[in-house]
Amino acid sequence: MLQVWKSFYARSDPAKAYSLLSPALILVTLAMLIPLGLMLSFSFFTQVSFTEIDYSFTVQRYIDFFQKNLLVSLLIKSVKISFIVTFVTLLTAYPVCYYIAFYVKKNKMLWLVLLTLPFWTSYLLRVFSWKIILGTKGVINSSLINAGLLSEPLTFLMYSETAVIITLTHAWAAFALLPLYVSLDKIDFSLIEAARDLGLSRLETFWKITLPLSLPGIIGAILIIFIPTVGDYVTPALLGGTDGRMLSNMIQAYFGKVNNLPLGAASATIMLITVAIVTMIVSYTTKKLTQRIS
Amino acid sequence: MNDSFIQINGISKHFGNVKAVDDVSFQIKEGEFFSLLGPSGCGKTTLLRLLAGFEYPTSGNLLLDGSDITALPPDKRPTNMVFQNYAIFPHINVEKNVQFGLRKLGLTNDEIIKRVKDVLSLVKLEGYEERYSSQLSGGQRQRVALARALVRQPKVLLLDEPLGALDKKLRDEMQLELRTLQKEIGITFVFVTHDQQEAISMSDRVAVMSEGKIQQMSSPNELYKNPQNIFVSDFIGETNFLKAKTDSKDGEYINVNIEDLGSFKIKNNLNISENASDVICSVRPETMMIDKEKSDWDICLEGIIKQTSYLGEMTKFYVETKEIEKIITVSSQYFDNQSFQDGKCFISINLNDISLLNKK
Repeated sequence: MLQVWKSFYARSDPAKAYSLLSPALILVTLAMLIPLGLMLSFSFFTQVSFTEIDYSFTVQRYIDFFQKNLLVSLLIKSVKISFIVTFVTLLTAYPVCYYIAFYVKKNKMLWLVLLTLPFWTSYLLRVFSWKIILGTKGVINSSLINAGLLSEPLTFLMYSETAVIITLTHAWAAFALLPLYVSLDKIDFSLIEAARDLGLSRLETFWKITLPLSLPGIIGAILIIFIPTVGDYVTPALLGGTDGRMLSNMIQAYFGKVNNLPLGAASATIMLITVAIVTMIVSYTTKKLTQRIS
Repeated sequence: MNDSFIQINGISKHFGNVKAVDDVSFQIKEGEFFSLLGPSGCGKTTLLRLLAGFEYPTSGNLLLDGSDITALPPDKRPTNMVFQNYAIFPHINVEKNVQFGLRKLGLTNDEIIKRVKDVLSLVKLEGYEERYSSQLSGGQRQRVALARALVRQPKVLLLDEPLGALDKKLRDEMQLELRTLQKEIGITFVFVTHDQQEAISMSDRVAVMSEGKIQQMSSPNELYKNPQNIFVSDFIGETNFLKAKTDSKDGEYINVNIEDLGSFKIKNNLNISENASDVICSVRPETMMIDKEKSDWDICLEGIIKQTSYLGEMTKFYVETKEIEKIITVSSQYFDNQSFQDGKCFISINLNDISLLNKK
């Protein structure tokens, strides 16, 4: 029997694949699919009283969501903040990666490690340190006041959308660095030289050759930053104040203080779908756009 | 024809402490097929990149067709390059690759289409317009790279070991084609290679480089028949070196004492002085005769065949002689090992075939 099984296993590639995949499959099923299924089913229920839930099927929670202006505007704001964060991160990370990929000859790895050094501390710690930097008595404000440049502290720095954007941008920069660096490093430098040789200026070469060829890295970075930042609630909770609140904070409240699990679940599902749609649109347009350019 | 179409005046290029190109000066004629030949690291590619504008010289200047191009960026130079790895843009197809360099020339759409069509038929790539680099063979990629550079009708085409990645048969074919193409369109070619056979078979003139300097610059025939120093003699083809000392001068001849062989009167091409200085005699394997019998040639040595290698069109014999400690290489069309009993043979040399070289 064992012999039969052994020879089957040796010949069957799917059997090998599944046995190698099984730890991940089990984990994903237990920790992802089941909770996700539970959340999805809760979004079709009704919270009757503080403790009681009516388990009959209804789509009323989704209608509720779109009837509450607050929730819709928070969703739009979440997407907007994430867009800005993604854009700013790309804008800051791309030149750094370009420099490392094409101009650093020795110890490229050391550069990358040094750039990701701040990310060795915990996320929460970094959020708190931004509090110290941005606060009314923080590093920026007190030094500006001490230098005599300001009489009042800048209030928009803390407990605002700006604070959330700055912190999230910094928090996710490292995740943008790696895909961007990899895609730029893969570009054969002689392609860039060839474009110059064929009469293109540096800027034109960048638009026609470097940018389209680094597109996989750009799309990767967009997805890696956009997806988690839309749903982030730690930073807006700690630094956002009322102005910087995002939908995730509301979802957290529905599952906690407000205790409306079905509406929370429906909001989370809507956010999930929004992220999926936005992601698809962004990847598609980025690809089309660069095709047009080249 | 302009004899000083490209003028390279005292060009040096240093990378840190390394002198990649060391005070080089020469001129390239208009319409010439000119090769830069040398082992890797000799500075030939750096020199080509200086001409293309990818590097700027540490000192010296470059003139092309009378105007100074030393400080011009690559996009402002009337030169185009065929890269060693071809550098075909992978995200656009063959047609767009070839069109790529035309956009900035201010041509009308009809002109662009005509030029692309003409150049693709010139390199025999009609019907491949829609293909991408990944769908082409090495030889086809090479043709795309050639077409992309030629379509701009540059004054000079720079080629950086373009045949290095092809297999031998295809390489031989492309050598012939490149040469024919160059004759047809009349553009000046500057061709970089480490393959001496390639340089000799294609070029009008060859510059042999080593350690950042030009060792010799002449026609392929001159290079082979009259090498100026040991490096060139050794690098171009195969040869045997015999140690010797100079003796008395006799017009354009000089008497030399070849070690263990005696005194001989040899043509003094390099005008070597008579003050008993050390010189080297170079004898090409194919100029010698190997036979079972003694001959009446100027020098005839008895020897034992140590090894043979059969190359098809000829056979190489490695022969040990009493007089010379080094093993001598002789190539011959006629014999194989079986023709000689116990490997016993006679090697004959004509004095005319010996060239004298300065000992470094």
